[in-house]
Amino acid sequence: MSSTASASRSLATTHRQSGSRRTGSPKIGSAVFLLILIVYFLTPLWWLIVAATKSNSGLFTGTGGAMWFDQDFNLWENIQELATYQGGIYWRWFANSFLYALAGGIGATVLSILAGYGFAKYRFRGRNLFFSLVLGAVMVPMTALVIPTFVLFSNFGLVNTVWSVILPTLLSPFGVYLMRIYTQDAVPDELLDAARIDGAGEIRIFWRVGLPLLRPAVITVLLLSVVGSWNNYFLPLVMLRDQSLLPITVGLTQWQAHSNAGAGSEQVWNLVTAGALLSIIPLIVAFLSLQRYWQGGLSVGSLK
Amino acid sequence: MTSTIVSASSADTSNSKPRRQRRLVGDRRRQRWGWAFVGPFAIVFIGLLIIPLVYAFFLSIQTTTIATGTSFTWLKNYAQAFADPIFLQGMLRVVEYSAVMIPAQLVVAIAAALVLDNLTNWFSKFARVMIFVPYAIPVVIGSLMWGFLYSPTMGPATSIFGLFGLSAPDFLSQDSIFGSLVNIVTWQWSGYYMIIVYAALRSIDTDIYEAARIDGATNFQISMRIKLPMISSSMVMIIVFALIGTLQFFTEPTVLRNVAQSAIPPDYTPNMYANVLAFSYNQFNYSSTIAFALGVIVFIFSYLFLFLTRKQNGLK
Repeated sequence: MSSTASASRSLATTHRQSGSRRTGSPKIGSAVFLLILIVYFLTPLWWLIVAATKSNSGLFTGTGGAMWFDQDFNLWENIQELATYQGGIYWRWFANSFLYALAGGIGATVLSILAGYGFAKYRFRGRNLFFSLVLGAVMVPMTALVIPTFVLFSNFGLVNTVWSVILPTLLSPFGVYLMRIYTQDAVPDELLDAARIDGAGEIRIFWRVGLPLLRPAVITVLLLSVVGSWNNYFLPLVMLRDQSLLPITVGLTQWQAHSNAGAGSEQVWNLVTAGALLSIIPLIVAFLSLQRYWQGGLSVGSLK
Repeated sequence: MTSTIVSASSADTSNSKPRRQRRLVGDRRRQRWGWAFVGPFAIVFIGLLIIPLVYAFFLSIQTTTIATGTSFTWLKNYAQAFADPIFLQGMLRVVEYSAVMIPAQLVVAIAAALVLDNLTNWFSKFARVMIFVPYAIPVVIGSLMWGFLYSPTMGPATSIFGLFGLSAPDFLSQDSIFGSLVNIVTWQWSGYYMIIVYAALRSIDTDIYEAARIDGATNFQISMRIKLPMISSSMVMIIVFALIGTLQFFTEPTVLRNVAQSAIPPDYTPNMYANVLAFSYNQFNYSSTIAFALGVIVFIFSYLFLFLTRKQNGLK
């Protein structure tokens, strides 16, 4: 099937090429269009790379202008300063971001896999009602829950702890929806029944038969939830007061606000830019190295 | 499936009873397994969604004052919210943002995906990843970067416009902040939506294009008449996501506010307003009212949209 598709696709491209000669090479037009898009999408990133190598004054008076390097290359100094400024709290924030993203993301993924599998492969009382609640919850804006959750948590003394950020990120109705849709197609009932006849228990069947078939969806849901919690801003902003508990996102915006309001010595623009650059590297690396999985997986929910 | 097995075995009268009973026992055990798998999520769902929602509503129907303490005032807070010019203005603003931002993101995403679908070589592969990269960058960092780029002292605009002897527009002024925010969001999310559209395009059977081409359709006609209608379900999904995201607009304006205080008031969007009410004015009851009202409005909007597009989205 895939070979016939690719055959007809290559046939289509040869056809297209012959057509393009007549209409004045739309291929070049397409390439130019893509080039413009690439420039647009990469400009801020390029700016950040350049800015991270500048000193605080170099950011304003750099010899190369905003989009090119300054004479003196200050990246290592900036990174060193990140390690010492306010007792090296930046790396603490970095570690916090990792903790929140991994704990929240992995937790949400595990819950989504289990629930998606349960919804897809078992018929139990209340299943349809609960699943429609989950579908409805996809449409509930999570930020609307932040302040009520804050008040609720403050009654239990949970505010300003790591749990106040991790627990709410465990909730991922969309992850459950994705896993259910994917499990329905990827795990045939016959396979599970065959395993049952062989005498395998339900947990063993899930672990040995179901889970291996779900890998692309698992990685997609994992990436989506890790990105979601890594991205989180409103929640930690509301929940955390203690400087040493903040994730990078909240910490850096505090430095940005200080630098904007403060006088000379309090301006740490160079730390904001260098800190921002370092903080985006892990996720970009993760996405680039896991391309194979998410490029197909992201569309799972929409193919139905 | 279960019903067909049961009816088939009941037709076989000689041993129908014991088999059906065994079936039922198996079903009951199976039921328990279903809940065992769904259970952990159910606990989180109740503890972190249902209870906070109910609690938010509970808070929103109370009023706390220093003189009288906390008392039930039922819908008084809602009456106040829907007559509150700040809340109404904020709602109107996020609706305006939705009306501009969602089409902007869709156009960029679809145009990019259509071009990428037509052009398959190393360059399009590279372009696809590069367009997607902003999604991997946290919204906070994205807004920070654009805040710098908009800045007259640290951004490139002053020198670029200077080349032509012009003075750069102030991207952070009251008049241009709308466009500046639209740009940030479009930059951040178009790549993600592009990947969804692209994957949907790839799943279309290419034989259809062949048939159309034999009938004399051009590439452009194929894109407009065949490809776009065939990916309508993923477009509906994207619009719903973008709608939910935009109506709770918070992070981008909050971060940009750090460098544009005069253009963005602290209560610019409903979510920002709820935040200010809770943490600057300690009005947790009224803040919960705003949050709950916003939640209900978002839910109604997206539900309505899904209902209106039920033919396209394939959901029942």
